[in-house]
Amino acid sequence: MSRIGACFDELGRKEQGALVVFTVAGHPTPALSSELLVAIAEAGADIIELGIPFSDPLADGPAIQAASQRALAEHMTPARVLELAAGFRAARDVPLVLMTCYNPVYQFGLEEFAEASAGAGVDGVIVTDLPPEEADDWAGIARKRGIDTIFLLSPNSPAARVKKVVDLAGGFVYCVSRLGVTGARPELPTDLAQLVARIRGETTKPIAVGFGVSRPEHVAEVCRVADGAVVGSAVVSLIDRQAGSAGPAEAVGAFVRELKAATRSERVTKPDPL
Amino acid sequence: MPAEMASRSQGPSILEGSHFGRFGGIFVPETIMPPLLEVAEAYGSARRDPEFGKRLEALLRDYVGRPTPLYFCGRLTEHCGGAKIYLKREDLCHTGSHKLNNAVGQALLAQRMGRTKLMAETGAGQHGVAAATVAALFDMECDIYMGEEDVRRQALNVYRMRLLDAQVIEVTSGSRTLKDAINEAFRVWMATAETTYYLFGTAAGPHPYPTMVRDFQSVVGREARQQILEQEGRLPDCLVACVGGGSNAIGLFHPFLEDDVRMMGVEAAGRGLRTGEHAASLTAGSEGVLHGARTKILQTAEGQIRTTHSVAAGLDYPGVGPEHALLQNTGRAEYVGATDEEALDAFEMLNRLEGIMPALESAHAVAHAMRVAAESHQEAVVLVNLSGRGDKDVGEVQRVLAERTP
Repeated sequence: MSRIGACFDELGRKEQGALVVFTVAGHPTPALSSELLVAIAEAGADIIELGIPFSDPLADGPAIQAASQRALAEHMTPARVLELAAGFRAARDVPLVLMTCYNPVYQFGLEEFAEASAGAGVDGVIVTDLPPEEADDWAGIARKRGIDTIFLLSPNSPAARVKKVVDLAGGFVYCVSRLGVTGARPELPTDLAQLVARIRGETTKPIAVGFGVSRPEHVAEVCRVADGAVVGSAVVSLIDRQAGSAGPAEAVGAFVRELKAATRSERVTKPDPL
Repeated sequence: MPAEMASRSQGPSILEGSHFGRFGGIFVPETIMPPLLEVAEAYGSARRDPEFGKRLEALLRDYVGRPTPLYFCGRLTEHCGGAKIYLKREDLCHTGSHKLNNAVGQALLAQRMGRTKLMAETGAGQHGVAAATVAALFDMECDIYMGEEDVRRQALNVYRMRLLDAQVIEVTSGSRTLKDAINEAFRVWMATAETTYYLFGTAAGPHPYPTMVRDFQSVVGREARQQILEQEGRLPDCLVACVGGGSNAIGLFHPFLEDDVRMMGVEAAGRGLRTGEHAASLTAGSEGVLHGARTKILQTAEGQIRTTHSVAAGLDYPGVGPEHALLQNTGRAEYVGATDEEALDAFEMLNRLEGIMPALESAHAVAHAMRVAAESHQEAVVLVNLSGRGDKDVGEVQRVLAERTP
């Protein structure tokens, strides 16, 4: 079983949700980024998503766009992201997922990227603009290297797509909480439970909810219905605000601890799959 | 790979025409997939509906002003001293460019799908004006996304869009040009697709846009083919069109694909291909994935999208429609560049010799057509798509020429 699968299994036994934390590789600087990864793991993140910065991300809101631009200005490349990943893997055992747009992977070479990712101890890859219709090449290559390809589902995905996506999904199913780009929002959508239930009806694979999940109370709410919560923009914005301070890792660690604590509260038993 | 694509997933009808050899496709985030597939399905059903075809035909005739003339440029031909040069006068379409052909077709589709609002990206503002125009015609709201840099250099079109009651939203991310306007439009559409139809302006982007926009623009080539047969009694030797995203070029080329006619697409060579300051995705780019399609793009070795330059805002784009990438790969069409300087010279020349003011985009095609004509014998025929008129560019031309004169 993959490190991601084992992680969800263990959390399930402990009746906890998974806290998935996203940061942009190289943000605010490559050195700080490396330090932050360890701090986020130390603070209790169950899975870390590391974003490969891309110049033109279609699914990202202003916070992650700006962080990506900043990382690119620091000359962050996919090769250096993989070095960062390998450095993290040498220090910590927490499952690591790379999140990227397709073109940087395509230019790296699919085979080469899968090989280098496996070599760096990466457990899963999310390619945000690679829907199942276009994913055969990559998914096959990744599978051979033992890398989970994680697919997204959205509130507007019709039933037939839900079925298709969960069948292909490796690691976990990434459920986008609402229509639109990434970004912190004051409240979660009211129909989240139905959305998760709709996916749950088609699969026993773990479901993590992201997009707009930005506060401990959101994480608690998400973990009542899903297997994990993904917090991205809120962490990225905090890193931005703390970038100039002496110890951004401390503030980010404190926030992650709060988020993780929320995964332990009010956990209800996972409903039986249909 | 493309053959496999058609046989699986959503079924052949929705993904029909989604790939052009290895190019094209539908590389988008999941949230945009359902709305795109809905557009693809609606377009598939519309194109089989004779009533839709009739309504489109009537609007093209009575509102757009089609057919546009095919005009023989006597003085320009004499000046070049070679092939006869004909212009397909898309500049005489209502709103001043070929963009309205596509806007009218997609607005009909939006109405058929029950949408009440249109959104569009624009570079030079020609597509923005066309979208705002059909929004007025169909009584729909309209938001236009336009890079801040383009808002500055195409001020006239910005004002026209506002007169048409469209909202022009300035995009300040990235290079603040067409690429960034497209990014922003897709980001907004992710959250608004239930009510809003995204009226994409060129034959690029994800399926079904490359196919649908080509189909709506093919009226240009169909008319031109018939007109040149009437006027010359034969097919032209060479077609020339400028290529940004590539909609006017594919519209002209497509009906001639089976004919023994040379096809040349002219990209923006900007300050010169060697300077790196250009927008020549086909002649100087490499294969990659941008805005939902696998095509030729301008990028770094690590796959980041390069910023581009052209004096013509409508060509200032680091990608190109996937069908052009295929036509280049198979050798069926040739792609070359014209620099800012060459386009400006052609702009002046067409004004002086024919009393026609081309858009700076179209001036790139004229520049190359003059080169081709000069190298051809006098019986040869070169047919140029004059995709738009240049009123919008007068201010920018004045500024650039003033800088150029020592």
